[in-house]
Amino acid sequence: MQNSKTTEAVAAGIRKRVFEHAMRNNGGYLSQACSAAEQLAFLYNEALTLGDPTLPAIPKPFGGVPSATNPEYHTGAGYNGPFEPQFDRLFIAPAHYALVAYATLIEVGRMDAKGLEMFNQDGSSVEMIGAEHSPGMEVHNGTLGIGFSTGAGLAFGRKRRGETGDVCVFMSDGEVQEGQTWEAVQAAAHHQIDNLWALMDVNDQQCDGAMDSVMEVGDIAAKFRNFGAVCVEIDAHDLDALREAKQTPHEGKPLIILARSSPTQGMEFLRRRFPRLHYVRFKSQEERAEMNISIAAELGIDPVDLTDGGH
Amino acid sequence: MVEMVSRPYASAFESYATANPDVLCLSADLTSSCEIDGFRDRHPDQFISLGMAEQNMMSFAGGLGLAGYRPFLHSFGVFLYRRPYDQLIASVAYPRRKVRLMGFLPGITTPGGMTHQSIEDVAVMRSIPNMTILETGDATEVESICEAADSIDGPVYCRVLRGSIPRLFDTPIKVGQMRELALGEDILVITSGIATEEALRARSALEKSGVSIRHLHINTIKPFGEEALLDHIGSVSKGVVVLENHVTEGGIGSLVAEIMADNGVGKKLVRLGLRDTFAHGGSRAYLMGHYGLDAAALVAGIEKLLGSKTGITEEQLTSTRIDAVHSAVKAEAL
Repeated sequence: MQNSKTTEAVAAGIRKRVFEHAMRNNGGYLSQACSAAEQLAFLYNEALTLGDPTLPAIPKPFGGVPSATNPEYHTGAGYNGPFEPQFDRLFIAPAHYALVAYATLIEVGRMDAKGLEMFNQDGSSVEMIGAEHSPGMEVHNGTLGIGFSTGAGLAFGRKRRGETGDVCVFMSDGEVQEGQTWEAVQAAAHHQIDNLWALMDVNDQQCDGAMDSVMEVGDIAAKFRNFGAVCVEIDAHDLDALREAKQTPHEGKPLIILARSSPTQGMEFLRRRFPRLHYVRFKSQEERAEMNISIAAELGIDPVDLTDGGH
Repeated sequence: MVEMVSRPYASAFESYATANPDVLCLSADLTSSCEIDGFRDRHPDQFISLGMAEQNMMSFAGGLGLAGYRPFLHSFGVFLYRRPYDQLIASVAYPRRKVRLMGFLPGITTPGGMTHQSIEDVAVMRSIPNMTILETGDATEVESICEAADSIDGPVYCRVLRGSIPRLFDTPIKVGQMRELALGEDILVITSGIATEEALRARSALEKSGVSIRHLHINTIKPFGEEALLDHIGSVSKGVVVLENHVTEGGIGSLVAEIMADNGVGKKLVRLGLRDTFAHGGSRAYLMGHYGLDAAALVAGIEKLLGSKTGITEEQLTSTRIDAVHSAVKAEAL
């Protein structure tokens, strides 16, 4: 697909769409849009080699779970293009970033804006926690910590088959608390799986609040290097830094880019909620209205019409 | 006497995997314990060592499945579902990856005690959507387990025997088809895995004491076609006894009970196995005797169902020969 927008514009569009959605739906995963907008924009608009979507721009309703009696089942991978040897694959490991990922698909022209209106609606495939059948999702990752292992297995298999496409795993820093993440890195290093790379949104936040208050994880860059990965740390909101990090040589090793981000980037009003940013709900209609005006101003857009029929 | 076969899995897997290049051999630091050390040494390119890290191995296998490979995971049964259960569900069972879980040392076939004994694996696996469950009961079934497992369009968990194993059957596993080992009319005995050898040990004594036994051996636990079972239950007058190397909750005894209840079968059922208890470390013979999984336990269960004693003694059972598969009284004569 041809890039019709700059990556900066895609990132701005992601924040805008997630903000508007959260305003209309009385809350949402706002901080994930703040921290990850540049990263997901970079992946879809620049870093990944993806084919054209194979699934309809307006997502189909939920089509049932995989079973022997459901031969029509398919995942949401088609929004990332066909499974062909030359194309990259992308796993969104923190499945609660789904809203941000869907907004990205819209911004890069892989999904219709109507897809977001189906978000979290009963019977929809555009689920709140991205499922395997949700747009842009390729495997189930809602249980945190399994994404990099699955990516390593797929990358090993693709390399064995001589496929040129890479496997990219978008990760969240909370996942480093799971032991499986470290099992996966050591296995990828042991088997020299170097067609595998990860972009980790290091926003220092997790469900209970700031990571340091929940479980300190220490110097994760040093830990990743000790487990055998090539690891670089950058500013998540600096696109040139992302571009440079992606070029880091990592022959014989997986590459892990730690993108140090702000959970309120572009929506500094959310600082008032720090450190409880995982899922932002409005405490009152007054707060909702104030947030609507303030954040819209920060984003340089008009406030969202919140009156009945304002959709 | 019955033929004993040494390490049938080792050669069976090697033959099968070398003929099927998309089969990959995965191991989690139990390579010689799962009889794949020779394969590792002779076919290193098809062998993936994933270390003592079963959670990663499970999701990694899901990724290999996505790449079109059919990974065979080798470990003790317990390590394929207890620790990596979440990964088993999300990375393998849900997406129906063609992952073959080769679970060695089923039930009390290990002296390793609680941590090594997969006594509730069938119950766990039966409750997982998309999962197929196979169990081996003799050398011939072990020799055919790779091909049987790899014929499944989705994930499959196999209870695999290792070491020196009796040959009781001369035909390979046919997925979905139970073996009819005797067609008597009093009592239906249903067994799987190592319990089948015990039932064979008890059968001649039972027949001598005038009890007519109908005997089924189960190697496909899930999916399970109930029609054939219902026909057999309808063919006996006194009731059904199930003996399994597993807890009595959730295994084959429960499966039979569900089918009988679903179909309104008003016959007695005795379920034998580990009775809501963990086991401990010890020899297989000791554990089978101690926990009531052996031929004597089966006779006692049949006596319970009959409401009378058969007069069969422990000595009769221990002295009973199991005839070789190709003898005139071979197990599959019927």
